[in-house]
Amino acid sequence: MTTYIRRAAALCALLFVALLVNAARVQIYQAPAHDANPANRRPTIARWAQPRGDILVAGRPVTGSRDTGEQLRYERTYRNGPLYAPVTGFASQMYGSTLLEDAEDRVLAGTEPALSLMPVWNDMARSRTPGGRVVTTVDPAAQLAAYTGLGSRRGAVAALDPATGRVLALVSTPSYDPGELSGNDRSATAAWKRLSGAASRPMLNRAIRRTYPPGSTFKVVTAAAALDAGVVRNVDAPTRSPDPYTLPGTSTALANEVEGCADASLRYAFEWSCNTVFAKLGVDVGAGRMRETARGLGFNDAGLRIPFPVAPSGFGAADAPMDRAQLALSSIGQFDTRATPLQMAMVTAAVANGGSVRAPYLVERTTSASGATVSVTVPRAPHPAMNPATAARLRELMTGVVEHGTGAKAAVKGATVGGKTGTAQHGVGNSGTPYAWFISWARAEGAPAPAVAVAVVVEDADADRGDISGGGDAAPIARAVMEAVLRG
Amino acid sequence: MEHRACYVPGMTKAGTSVAADPSPPAVRSPGRRGVEFSLLTVAVLLPVYGYCAVGLARHGTVPPGAAGYGAGLAVLALLAHLAVRLRAPYADPLLLPIAVLLNGLGLVLIYRLDLETPHDRAAPAQLVWSALGVALFITVVLVLRDHRMLQRCTYVSMAAALVLLALPILFPAVNGARIWIRVAGFSIQPGEFAKVLLALFFAGYLAGNRHALTYTGRRLWGLKRFELPTGRVLGPIVAIWVLSVGVLVLERDLGTSLLFFGLFVVLLYVATGRTGWIAVGLLLAVAGAVAVGRLEPHVHSRVEDWLHPFASVEAGRGPGQLAQSLFAFAAGGALGTGLGLGHSVLIGFAVKSDFILATVGEELGLAGLTALFLLYGLLVERGYRTGLALRDPFGRLLATGLASIVALQVFVIAGGVTGLIPLTGMAMPFLAQGGSSVITNWVIVALLIRMSDSARGQDIRGRAAVRRARAGTAGRASEAGKAGRASKAGKAGRPYGVGS
Repeated sequence: MTTYIRRAAALCALLFVALLVNAARVQIYQAPAHDANPANRRPTIARWAQPRGDILVAGRPVTGSRDTGEQLRYERTYRNGPLYAPVTGFASQMYGSTLLEDAEDRVLAGTEPALSLMPVWNDMARSRTPGGRVVTTVDPAAQLAAYTGLGSRRGAVAALDPATGRVLALVSTPSYDPGELSGNDRSATAAWKRLSGAASRPMLNRAIRRTYPPGSTFKVVTAAAALDAGVVRNVDAPTRSPDPYTLPGTSTALANEVEGCADASLRYAFEWSCNTVFAKLGVDVGAGRMRETARGLGFNDAGLRIPFPVAPSGFGAADAPMDRAQLALSSIGQFDTRATPLQMAMVTAAVANGGSVRAPYLVERTTSASGATVSVTVPRAPHPAMNPATAARLRELMTGVVEHGTGAKAAVKGATVGGKTGTAQHGVGNSGTPYAWFISWARAEGAPAPAVAVAVVVEDADADRGDISGGGDAAPIARAVMEAVLRG
Repeated sequence: MEHRACYVPGMTKAGTSVAADPSPPAVRSPGRRGVEFSLLTVAVLLPVYGYCAVGLARHGTVPPGAAGYGAGLAVLALLAHLAVRLRAPYADPLLLPIAVLLNGLGLVLIYRLDLETPHDRAAPAQLVWSALGVALFITVVLVLRDHRMLQRCTYVSMAAALVLLALPILFPAVNGARIWIRVAGFSIQPGEFAKVLLALFFAGYLAGNRHALTYTGRRLWGLKRFELPTGRVLGPIVAIWVLSVGVLVLERDLGTSLLFFGLFVVLLYVATGRTGWIAVGLLLAVAGAVAVGRLEPHVHSRVEDWLHPFASVEAGRGPGQLAQSLFAFAAGGALGTGLGLGHSVLIGFAVKSDFILATVGEELGLAGLTALFLLYGLLVERGYRTGLALRDPFGRLLATGLASIVALQVFVIAGGVTGLIPLTGMAMPFLAQGGSSVITNWVIVALLIRMSDSARGQDIRGRAAVRRARAGTAGRASEAGKAGRASKAGKAGRPYGVGS
């Protein structure tokens, strides 16, 4: 019997060996595959197991975290959610994350290796680094001025510091409270359904993700190209342009909303926004040079990130040739010309900054939870888009618009303000409610250079068609933003 | 010689000490109770440490109940130790510490999982069951003076086992299996108790009939090694096969039927040494398993789960229990996340019972899991060693059977939750939530302790007697007198039928 008991024991030993080998197979050999299985909830749990780092505006956090005590423990909260939603985006336990919450996720979630002093040790000890902080460039006063200025209207505002490219304000209305989407309960689902289904598209960041026909504000670009190319040498000389202007190669006549545009000087045409003059100027400059100037200012650049991606603005299709009639319309910001509010802020910032474009950025620096700097955004080298002399000329023209042209409502006491209005037609046969545009910059008296460049667009679906204008609707908002920046 | 070299040092010591001090048969050094006590200290401190580790990981503080918990476990261990010291002084010193350690770890794991389900706490009840189990252990060790008394209730055990197995059929199914009976709010799994009773029956039956089973048979293909049993003695094996398949079909309890059948085949082989029995057994088992796997939907789905654990994920229905269990093991990796820091609770239902091993795998890692398997392996090994050391066939078969129960149970459930074999509901001995299982396992350990005491005692007493005879003392007479009293007490009708 002894031998048989030994054999039975050997069988049991074999069973234990099988268990051990199989355990090693599952825990070591197959572990990476199991860990990466999308049905495995552990990565999600780990992601929400600690408070998410905060996003700071002017030194104060605009975000927070709430301990729910649930499986996904910490939930994102927002202070002034709707105001800063176009900056922060949302960080939802169910619907992912957007904008800064997405672009700086590694820092905020604490997974960025640079956050920790000893990443290898932390890996071994399975300890987690607290989420870091993201310090933004946003000026809270400017942000608030833009947000209250837009009020209940649909629209967007982008404001930049022309000298550096810092984004001072980024507003889109109607907005939403990203905190509603944070959790994983029924109310978050309902909020998601409501927000993603709403006709006003509150989750669309109009300042960077939506392109509008820029209308007359694009005349800044056309004027820059014309001055740079030498098509216009004297802004006060008549431009030999007919009114109405027949688009080349067609029988379509382009008219103006204002009087006195026939053979008007560039100054007059700019101040009173003569379509005919600028359409002809664009054709005289030629598609190649127009495109070059537009590209220099940031158009047709699909790679712009601030750090989240910005929808590319377009002047003419990238490779398709434009005929001269299309070029004429494109040069007054119609036809295929599209621009985000941020893009138009970049245009006006380039004018304010002596003709150089500074790449816009929203994140000043990132720090660890204890405040040690992890990364600093270094402003990229200025990229010249037009001659400094051209920029000076344009500043003069834009100042004229505010002082005695269509942009009088943007005037700021104690500061030099330059602007340009725009009223953009859109829709089939231009049937849509026009968009009211205003772009401007402001220089405090005594200051060496403009401190702020703004672009405002108001979709304004409710107003009477005749009342919509860049000067009437958008200029006061721009003024409020500029005042806020100059005061601060 | 069946008494292994491992016992020689103890015996030598026993010899010298007894020879030096001839008054009462010495109990101290030969029994190694001091070793047992030291090991018990470790076995109590380790779970207390685990308990504190959970609290520190979860709340940053030592849990307020740590001292009370440690004291409770220590008292249980101490009482069991005293009972062993009193009535089984020669018993194997490893059995009790391993049982205490496993039970303590089980309590820690259940306490840890209770933190995830605050509305459904299982640890307090488990502590009560553990106390009951230890009480039963003490009772068995104190009352049962000789395991051979149990051989007399061979057929009583069988009848009782059958009744216990049949009982749950009268009660409603719980989660697809009819293995529970509910009395006054308590769920009891009678099948657990039936394991020990069936082991008793098998051991008793085979010890009585092994010669008849060994020396009759027909040769298969003229081969000596593959002799088939004759029809007359084939009866019991067929009966047991029918029983286990019946359990499987009526109660949908694949694990228990596998355990019964495996136990019977092992004991049959140990009793007769006939590989023919193994062949027949395996053939019947495979035939039964295949048939039931095909026909019974509950069992069939388990097999499908085992073959394709991630099928439900691919179908967009989220991970099933086995997939979640594999995720948990994988998340543990080599060293584990640390007690209290894993997410095995994602497994959901039965995470504290059938799937408790997943928590070990995730939070203690492969290292902890290996240590645990080695603990079980050691427990089983001590059981087999007891079987080897005993001289009576019944005792040898019973010890082998009890050790095999533990081994098979560990293999079936651990293999199930790690995807080695199809998953069947079964409790991890001592570790899993479930009162019936804990009590049963304490009884198993109590019986092993009783038998190992006899096995080692018979040697030591024998040697001592020889030495005393050589030295010309009167020791033999007193020894004989004692044995006589013990057997008389047994005949006087002491309630030795444990658990029936």
